[in-house]
Amino acid sequence: MNRYFKAKVIENLSLNSSHNLLTLEPLDPAAEPNPGQFYMIEAGDSYDPLLKRPFCWLQKTRETIQFLFRIKGKGTSLMRAFKKGKVISVIGPLGNGYPLPRKKRTPLIVAGGTGIISLFSLINKLSHNCHVFYGARNKDELLLLNELEKLGNKLIVCTNDCSFGKEGMVNEVLSQFLSANESIKTSCLIYTCGPKPMLQEITSIAFHEGIRGYVSMEENMACGFGACQGCVVNTISGYKKVCKEGPVFPIEDIVWT
Amino acid sequence: MDLAVEIGSLKLKNPVMTASGTFGYGEEYSEFLDLNMLGAVVVKGISLKPMEGNPPPRICETPCGMLNAIGLHNIGLKRFLKEKLPYLRQFDTKIIVNILGNTIQEYVRLSKALDDAGVDAIELNVSCPNVKKGGIIFGTDKRALSRLVLKVKQSAGKRVIITKLSPNVSDITEFAIAAEESGSDALSLINTLRGMAIDIDTQKPKLANITGGLSGPAIKPIAIRMVWEASQSVRIPVIGIGGIINAQDAIEFMLAGATAIQVGTANFINPMATIEIIHGIRSYSEGKNIDNIRDIIGRIHGTAGHNNINL
Ligand SMILES: Cc1cc2nc3c(=O)[nH]c(=O)nc-3n(C[C@H](O)[C@H](O)[C@H](O)COP(=O)(O)OP(=O)(O)OC[C@H]3O[C@@H](n4cnc5c(N)ncnc54)[C@H](O)[C@@H]3O)c2cc1C
Ligand SMILES: Cc1cc2nc3c(=O)[nH]c(=O)nc-3n(C[C@H](O)[C@H](O)[C@H](O)COP(=O)(O)O)c2cc1C
Ligand code: FES
Repeated sequence: MNRYFKAKVIENLSLNSSHNLLTLEPLDPAAEPNPGQFYMIEAGDSYDPLLKRPFCWLQKTRETIQFLFRIKGKGTSLMRAFKKGKVISVIGPLGNGYPLPRKKRTPLIVAGGTGIISLFSLINKLSHNCHVFYGARNKDELLLLNELEKLGNKLIVCTNDCSFGKEGMVNEVLSQFLSANESIKTSCLIYTCGPKPMLQEITSIAFHEGIRGYVSMEENMACGFGACQGCVVNTISGYKKVCKEGPVFPIEDIVWT
Repeated sequence: MDLAVEIGSLKLKNPVMTASGTFGYGEEYSEFLDLNMLGAVVVKGISLKPMEGNPPPRICETPCGMLNAIGLHNIGLKRFLKEKLPYLRQFDTKIIVNILGNTIQEYVRLSKALDDAGVDAIELNVSCPNVKKGGIIFGTDKRALSRLVLKVKQSAGKRVIITKLSPNVSDITEFAIAAEESGSDALSLINTLRGMAIDIDTQKPKLANITGGLSGPAIKPIAIRMVWEASQSVRIPVIGIGGIINAQDAIEFMLAGATAIQVGTANFINPMATIEIIHGIRSYSEGKNIDNIRDIIGRIHGTAGHNNINL
């Protein structure tokens, strides 16, 4: 099974002004991804943009792989225009993915913005109930709400401008939850993905509360499979490649700058 | 049809190699392609001691190219010999080791060790724009370059020595000639061009190192021109590098005077790029009834151009 494959666009649905749901059908047999793994996707047919873009998978069926992406710059703007039937090249699944928790641990899933996409496949896979904390800037930026509700976990949603759910940042909501549920601290495990400043806040909460966990990191990538050394983050044991040794790292390993 | 070419005493089954720093130590690509098919594998630059490289962000995309400031992040000579070389040896391809040092002494020690280990060729990286000390000084100072090549050649016995030239000079032919006169068996060019990009939102450079090396299709016309100039100024073989994405690009380099070529950034976008290029060169040759790929090397030399401009 080759991790470099061609795939056909089955559907490219615009969810709102800044997010699309892309469904691809691999033309060759594709490997089963783990939660938190990602794919490098070709964004255009020309040399500009040149590099593939990294995206986490959202859902996988026997025939298709689904992605949810935010329109950010040049590459994702071109991806938004992908038409049904277009064939693109893809590399993946890549990276390590989230290690599953042991039976007795309660997962606390903490997502900021598009971080929910990476964590969604994990929530989907977890057999035990978890707490999901999900924050976005405003109501329009919230993704996958119906799907998350259907999964039947405890879900706390917050927005910075109070346009939906609780008001505030997801790290504040997590802190409040932990002070109200002292007993959970010894038996929980954090999984987090989102913007850097938020991840840094979550790391410091985890540190102060003595909770362990995992964080999924983002860095610019050229290859996605460990060849260019371009995507490193600083860890307590030196620079590590996000695409290969990550994107998921033990939360206490990251050295924030 | 014969695709074989020679770089000094080194015989390659075809002219397609991987460019240093874009192909890891070979292993990273073995799931995508059959390494036996390649003319040669050039591995990531090796230094005497491991180097941890530059802080992130280390790369960013630019129009039709990318900037990198990896900073020669590598595992060092000892681990390379122990962990990576034995793996590469299983394959029927030539192994070329790219090396980098701060002093002539370091290059000499590296070359000796690699000569003893029996690698097929050594490529001297004198042109990395991303490390503060060493390397680049040899690439931009002709006398320093001559001394370096001479010393390495004296100590690494009969091993094929390739000098990888920096494009960040005003006249590439002076450096090509200096390397040849000091005994270099071949030249490879070009390494990346120094470049820079700024994020206008944060108003900060996009790379932590501020500047980086530009690679990819954006640099191809410059690389073609430099290969054309260098290959006419020396008798030793020139290996063409810079923005090669497909067979057409590779053939363009050979027509300009390259005996062989290296594929760099393209490997990131299409990990099978090298194999597709080999197939493409074969079909080009078939289409043009070329029996021997060596016949196209430097085909355009001596052409006066459309306007008879003298250079
Ligand atoms: C492991 C991983 C998984 C990701 N999963 C998703 C996902 O599921 N959904 C989603 O919407 N986004 C995801 N991202 C972010 C996504 O890759 C970027 O938003 C996208 O590359 C932007 O491309 P662009 O051309 O539109 O933006 P531009 O800003 O024009 O891109 C310029 C360059 O910077 C790189 N870049 C820009 N932002 C990022 C970023 N945040 N992370 C890494 N590289 C970046 C681009 O890849 C490109 O090389 C993920 C990033 C990583 C590293
Ligand atoms: C990420 C990256 C790392 C590189 N590392 C090295 C290196 O270690 N030694 C070296 O001589 N050249 C290095 N290079 C330069 C390439 O070998 C090549 O000369 C250059 O990228 C131009 O070719 P391209 O346009 O096909 O990529 C590196 C290039 C890139 C993009
Ligand atoms: S993106 Fe190339 S090593 Fe990670």
